[in-house]
Amino acid sequence: MAAFFQSDLFINSIPILLAVGFVWALVQAGRQPLWAEAYRRLRRNPMAIGAIVIIGLYASVGFLDSLGRFDARDGRRHTIIDRLFEARYHGQRERTYSAPMATMTTGEPTPHELLFPHQHLMGTDGVGDDVVYLTLKGCRTALIVGVVTQLIVTPLALFFGLSAGYFGKRVDDAIQYFYTVLDSIPGILLLIALLLVMGRGLPQICIALGITSWVGLCRLARGETLKHREREYVRAARALGVSHWRILFRHILPNLLPIVIISTTLGISGQMLTESILSFLQIGVEPGTGSWGNMVDAARLELAREPVVWWNLAAAATALFILVLAFNILGDALRDAIDPRLRSS
Amino acid sequence: MARYVVRRILYAVPILLGVVLITFFLFYIVISPQQMARRQLGKNPTDEQVHQWLHQRGYDKPVVLQFKDHVVDLFLFRFGNSDVTNEPIWKRIKEGGPVSAQLSLLLLIGGLIGSISVSLFVAYYRGTYIDYWGMFLCVLMMSIVYIVWVVAGQYLLGKILKYSPLVGYREGWTSWHFLMLPVVIGILQGLGSSVRFYRTVMLDEMNLDYVRTARAKGVSEVAILFKHVLKNAMTPILTSTVSIIPQLILGNLVLESFFGIPGLGGITVDAVNSQDFATVRAITFLGAVLYIAGLILTDVSYALFDPRVRLE
Repeated sequence: MAAFFQSDLFINSIPILLAVGFVWALVQAGRQPLWAEAYRRLRRNPMAIGAIVIIGLYASVGFLDSLGRFDARDGRRHTIIDRLFEARYHGQRERTYSAPMATMTTGEPTPHELLFPHQHLMGTDGVGDDVVYLTLKGCRTALIVGVVTQLIVTPLALFFGLSAGYFGKRVDDAIQYFYTVLDSIPGILLLIALLLVMGRGLPQICIALGITSWVGLCRLARGETLKHREREYVRAARALGVSHWRILFRHILPNLLPIVIISTTLGISGQMLTESILSFLQIGVEPGTGSWGNMVDAARLELAREPVVWWNLAAAATALFILVLAFNILGDALRDAIDPRLRSS
Repeated sequence: MARYVVRRILYAVPILLGVVLITFFLFYIVISPQQMARRQLGKNPTDEQVHQWLHQRGYDKPVVLQFKDHVVDLFLFRFGNSDVTNEPIWKRIKEGGPVSAQLSLLLLIGGLIGSISVSLFVAYYRGTYIDYWGMFLCVLMMSIVYIVWVVAGQYLLGKILKYSPLVGYREGWTSWHFLMLPVVIGILQGLGSSVRFYRTVMLDEMNLDYVRTARAKGVSEVAILFKHVLKNAMTPILTSTVSIIPQLILGNLVLESFFGIPGLGGITVDAVNSQDFATVRAITFLGAVLYIAGLILTDVSYALFDPRVRLE
């Protein structure tokens, strides 16, 4: 059984299933009038289209970097992105730093000639890896941190928020107490404590970020549910004998979807920015995993060099900046498209 | 008033108890003292060493007893000694606290002044290109990684303009010299999101009837903004300021350790790097206490400044 979970078949099927599920959800949503209207408004917004295209590009890089095969010769899993760059550089590394498109290395007492002059678009890093390759490897990590964390946050927040708002009384008191306590520990300190205790790693980061960031959405959901609880449609459902959980998830939840989708989109960019701070605090993703946070952190120490090694930092920071910006713009555009009432005039 | 404050403080007790429970859960249950000892003592410690480590720090007592000690100690602010250096944690907090407070206060006040004035400016030109591009700039600023702000600021102000020392700290009057760069960077970093939020608050106020009345009376647009709108917008702004406090701690963590300022943030980062569980535990609790104190202060200041808020 354990062998199955480590097999290529299983590991490769996860991203494919996720992608198929996501597209299916989008198509299904497009059939409903509310969302069809939202799509129409989104399409008229060129900024939103740009943001979606950019996110799509990043997502496809992340997708290609998730599909791969285990190679028994070196005991590593090679993804499609790995293969592409291995083919281009014949699986070889340069000696050390080299500037973008340079012919010689830098940072050595005597510069050496590069194996592949004029071929490293963004130069190479300290161990001679191509920076473009490292940057592309970071896509997957950033997207996992953003999306998986939000996949933890949203259900958690909705479950607690909806039940607190709907059932009221003791349930409400207990949930409110729970999140007030959690919220009164400053997020970054709780994050540090959690990661210190759980150890480094991508799953740990997603869990820790999830635990520290569901309270906001939970509060929002609770407030909205309180408003909806007394509306006629809920009373009618109750009078017809619909069960509580069905009322909550079939009747009230769809009305909360606009705020959920907006806060999820904006949350993703927040999580990705936080991940880079975690790398700075040395509790980010393990060093072996490609991550922009780790790249920025490693490059930070190289700025004191003469000549300045800037390309590492620039590549990772730009990649992260563009993705976060795209999510921020998409979040704003979604707010305008889904629920014009929420528009910040 | 005094009764209100007392009651507000009493309300905080169960919350603090919850915080103590969470820290206990994290630092005694999720990771057992055994594991802490092993991580702390490096590769393959003997059982003897582990036992000694546990005994020295009182981690070998029964769990119930440890829990009692943990609760009592934290509530009395007895933080004990660091797991790594064996120094009393309080000593380091006392050294770092004032420095951090100085930095945080400067950041808070500077940030408030900066973002309120920018948002007033943007609100004055609402609906024009200044507003549009200003908001776009805010989104751009929000999307920049913290560390890039730090690196770019250090490079521009320090290396090229030779404006201030790059890193370090000195006690006394010249400390502003060292604090200026981190404060400027901290303020700029937070500007984007707060200006966006304050602008929304101000525009919401501007659609209200009293503003229309003021306009009808012939009050100038500037006077409306500064006198009427600003006063009323202060309530949501104050509320959001409390939620900034944890962010200040976050900012401090990064800024302090990057600029070598010996504050609480620096201590925390050191503690994380050296896996000093006792210190992280203490700082987490202290952070929660400070945050709750900030919440109480806001509520009290509401009651003081806003006559509409009654103390029930």
